[in-house]
Amino acid sequence: MPETLVLEVRRYRPEEEAEPTWQRYQVPFRREWMVLDALNHIKDHLDGSLSFRWSCRMGVCGSCGMMVNGDPVLTCATYLETLLPGPVRVEPLRGFPVIRDLVGALTDFLVKLRRVQPWIVRETESPPAQGEYRQTPDELAAYRSYAQCINCMLCYSACPIYELEPGFLGPAVIALAQRYNLDSRDQGREARMEVLSEHDGIWACTLVGECSTVCPKHVDPAGAIQRYKLEAAAAWAKALLRPGSGP
Amino acid sequence: MREPGLWLLFSAGGTLAALFLPVLVAVLWVAPGVGWLEPPAHQALAAVSGGVVGRLLLTALIVLALYHWAHRFRYTLYDGLQLYHLNQLIAALTYGVATVLSVVAVVVVWG
Amino acid sequence: MNPAYRRHHPKWHRARMPIFWWLRKWSYFRFIARELTSLFVAYAAVLLLVELRAVGAGPEALARFTAWLRSPPVVALHVVVLLALLFHTLTWLHLAPRAMVVRLGSRRVPDVAVLMGHYGGWLAASGLVAWVLLR
Repeated sequence: MPETLVLEVRRYRPEEEAEPTWQRYQVPFRREWMVLDALNHIKDHLDGSLSFRWSCRMGVCGSCGMMVNGDPVLTCATYLETLLPGPVRVEPLRGFPVIRDLVGALTDFLVKLRRVQPWIVRETESPPAQGEYRQTPDELAAYRSYAQCINCMLCYSACPIYELEPGFLGPAVIALAQRYNLDSRDQGREARMEVLSEHDGIWACTLVGECSTVCPKHVDPAGAIQRYKLEAAAAWAKALLRPGSGP
Repeated sequence: MREPGLWLLFSAGGTLAALFLPVLVAVLWVAPGVGWLEPPAHQALAAVSGGVVGRLLLTALIVLALYHWAHRFRYTLYDGLQLYHLNQLIAALTYGVATVLSVVAVVVVWG
Repeated sequence: MNPAYRRHHPKWHRARMPIFWWLRKWSYFRFIARELTSLFVAYAAVLLLVELRAVGAGPEALARFTAWLRSPPVVALHVVVLLALLFHTLTWLHLAPRAMVVRLGSRRVPDVAVLMGHYGGWLAASGLVAWVLLR
């Protein structure tokens, strides 16, 4: 086992440079360290100017996603040992504008997420006196995997279509829309369909499948998108065959 | 809003192509070409392609396979070569070619 | 990314997507190869039409077509076409469970079962076609 490991980190300081640059750091190698530990070592001991996001350091908050050796990963869940002998390239998540160093701007995702109304939409609210909306385990199972999304954006970085087509809603947004569409308590399916069925909304997806491969929570957004395409196409066909009966 | 319809054509075509094209290519073209099998006799082919059911199936297979190609190739050009700005042109060419060849198919199969 | 807010953040760095992004990673290359099988699908459809026309024109026309089939470059091409179409079939059927959630009663049929069902259906369809053509 080596004593040290080299990290090549993408730096971008807009006040100093017009283009991103690389900076090499030599960090101690420890078997139990993740990439995030190495980055924190850099910030604490080598270069306090390095900027990056992190929070829970245990794979549930979705903050620490970055490209490590070209693959989008959660840096808190990637052992340095698997990256030996190095050097290890660390870059901000692809597909998003870079604000500084390893920090990307996620605004586009948030705007698109809001448009699909990722909350329970009710046409009619039951009065509280009537009690809770009840749900069987099977009904929960229908949307459960889509509810595991931690908004880490790894799927957006893995998806070439997201980088290529500006109107594409993206894997997580569609999976989250499905999470609510498939929730038995929700009544917002039609409202979401308008947004999802826009020209690029879901139709830009060509089922590359990388989103599901990189997802750390096994959400399977590719599956969500495929299922939704079928649903949207069926709704379109129905509306075509029975004009005037649409929503 | 044409995308759902085009996607349905693409899916139907892809499914029929997936199910039937390999065996057709193997039996009609590869095996006779290599010499493993005698090609189906003229009579057999004429019988299959002469009946109404055979004609319907062949029309469906060929037309949908062409639209499958058109849709998929259109997106491959958009994404593989980043040609969105030629959006209208590519759509017109791909679906246009598929439509023309579909008309030819109907004429050949039913004529 | 929505162009609307690029104007307000001129210093954010936006990397350009290279034209040959699909050479960057094996999984991307495989994706493009899969998509390009559509060209072979179109070829097969068109050649099928050509053969049907020959059938309609009579046994001599079909014999000429068959003779053409036997020339080595054509055989080589058709082997490639067959491989490409098999790649299409296998990837298409592999992705099928993703699009469908099949339920029997209230239990969801596991993906493996749906997949085996699709492969089985493909083999059955192929067997049927081969039988119809070769009997």
